[in-house]
Amino acid sequence: MPAFYLPGDSLARAVGAEEVVVALNTHARGRVVPLEVKRTSSRGLYWLEPLLEVDTPQGRIGFGPLTAADVPSVLEALQGEPSSHPLALGLVEELPYLKTQQRLLFARAGITQPLYLDEYLEHGGFEGLKRAVAIGGEQTATEVFDSGLRGRGGAAFPAGIKWRTVRATEAAQKYIVCNADEGDSGTFADRMLMEGDPFLLIEGMAIAGITVGASYGYIYVRSEYPDAVTTLRNALEIARSNGYLGNNVGGSGQAFDMEVRVGAGAYICGEETALLDSLEGKRGVVRAKPPIPALKGLFGQPTLVHNVLTLASVPLILAKGAQFYRDYGMGRSLGTMPFQLAGNIRHGGLVERAFGLTLRELVQDYGGGTASGRPLKAAQVGGPLGAWVPPSQFDTPLDYEAFAGIGAMLGHGGVVVADDSLDMAHMARFALQFCAEESCGKCTPCRIGSTRGVEVIDRLLAAPDQSGRDEQVIILKDLCDTMQYGSLCALGGMAPFPVVSALKYFPADFGLHPSEADQ
Amino acid sequence: MPDEMLHLPMVNSLLERHKGSPGALLPILHEIQEGIGYIPDVAIPEIAHALNQSQAEIRGVISFYHDFRTTPPARHILRLCRAESCKSRGAEQLAAQLRERLQLDDHGSSADGSISLRPVYCLGACACSPALELDGRVHARLSAERLDALLDACREDA
Repeated sequence: MPAFYLPGDSLARAVGAEEVVVALNTHARGRVVPLEVKRTSSRGLYWLEPLLEVDTPQGRIGFGPLTAADVPSVLEALQGEPSSHPLALGLVEELPYLKTQQRLLFARAGITQPLYLDEYLEHGGFEGLKRAVAIGGEQTATEVFDSGLRGRGGAAFPAGIKWRTVRATEAAQKYIVCNADEGDSGTFADRMLMEGDPFLLIEGMAIAGITVGASYGYIYVRSEYPDAVTTLRNALEIARSNGYLGNNVGGSGQAFDMEVRVGAGAYICGEETALLDSLEGKRGVVRAKPPIPALKGLFGQPTLVHNVLTLASVPLILAKGAQFYRDYGMGRSLGTMPFQLAGNIRHGGLVERAFGLTLRELVQDYGGGTASGRPLKAAQVGGPLGAWVPPSQFDTPLDYEAFAGIGAMLGHGGVVVADDSLDMAHMARFALQFCAEESCGKCTPCRIGSTRGVEVIDRLLAAPDQSGRDEQVIILKDLCDTMQYGSLCALGGMAPFPVVSALKYFPADFGLHPSEADQ
Repeated sequence: MPDEMLHLPMVNSLLERHKGSPGALLPILHEIQEGIGYIPDVAIPEIAHALNQSQAEIRGVISFYHDFRTTPPARHILRLCRAESCKSRGAEQLAAQLRERLQLDDHGSSADGSISLRPVYCLGACACSPALELDGRVHARLSAERLDALLDACREDA
């Protein structure tokens, strides 16, 4: 019997992968040759999950989305003509959705088993660390700088500048902190990476540690991702016992070790300074900057804080060189970005492409339009603080600057698609209500503004006539302006984005004529 | 609840283990809640003493984070995702279905007290919305029928 592969990814399991494994084992019991199911990471083609893959001389062929009830017929088809099965997908790597992607960060997705170090090494693992050790800290920091890598958490700050700053700052103790508090709705790339390729993140952090002179690191994972926590903790043990962590990281003579810390359900802890306070055992309250964390971060020490995807990009940059990475992308947005298609979308999943493809290509060509089949209304790009982008702007290239140019943002690369049944006034109200619930309370525009904003939208929706509505629209816009420019961090500062964009492009949902919302 | 005192040896032994590590409060609270189901009042002075902090600081941290509970949980905890991706796939209709079927009170507890419903903002299952988490297990691609089936399973178990 050939080898079988089925993702152990938490979302694959949430749509029935475990039931498929049980069925496979049950039906295999009567066979002479035992059946082996390897639990890999997910390809990120989630609409096909549970996606079973089977080795053939031509490559892996796939079947999906499977249920336990399909297992007997799949096993039968494998004895004869596999392509005759109604759920047969042919060669998985030839599926256009996957074949047209540029998978650098997710090169191993769906292929390897997350906790098998030998498989990681076979697929280029720890090559980046090896080179970093060989070329030394100064040169490693230069490679990161030259690659053009920018922070993938949303702020898109040039990573190389942070590395040089922390490296140049003298201190007895420095830290690497990985922000894995992926709280934005519509995003799941960090989760996929931590569950599916944990050694990649560990390698990235180890390179960062020896480069900037930090001997300890923390991965702050949100509590909603228990599988990621377990996988990372197991991977840390394996990495440690193989010399990739400890007193002599990868033979560098330098010490670096780390641990996983679990958040406790506070969205604001995805903000880097609130995260640092949370790591220190405090309420996750945002700090005023300056001082920047690179100078005074965790426990007051110089700290390199990066998102999961930023740190995980580093091994490849080192292994292949800065120029290789720069060759992807456009303008000042270099490299690839794992975009995440979510919400009301037919083909939800992960699409890693160089920056520069348009939102329309992403949503239509990859996503296949809405799952409901109803007309597309808008897409919210960049999480709950991102703008709702109407189809008329879907030809905007996915590039940090291009999105900023239309009053939107790429953020962490999540795209939530909505059909015409979604009420944008409700979503605008929700954005502010969410902000009110998750505000740390430190600054007034966010703490008070969000609550007042919900009230204003309620009054706007209840207003009996045009003059009443006009009055509330003016107040709402004024309030959004105050929040945007007066808040301490991105939560209060960007919560107005979904509100203002909903008001601008979908005034009818607020009971307004287009001219009223445009005043 | 006088039997809360029974938890003290467990609390003190984990405090002994954690108190040297920097910023240990969140790991401590998580571990207590995992062991006991919630953070009992009697634990708070012990934690404050071990970490050389005031009880107000400890209570402030507990109340800040949505995850921490100070009362025993219901037998089943159901967390329905209410964020944008799931809303775009009918999470609000599922919420209405739950309210009706479970006859929830203002605190999200079902009429028979066996299920506690809490909102959650994103489970990372957005490619297959809508999603919920029931007793730690995520279920995605939900429909009204699948939700009913999950609730039936809870009831049989109760």
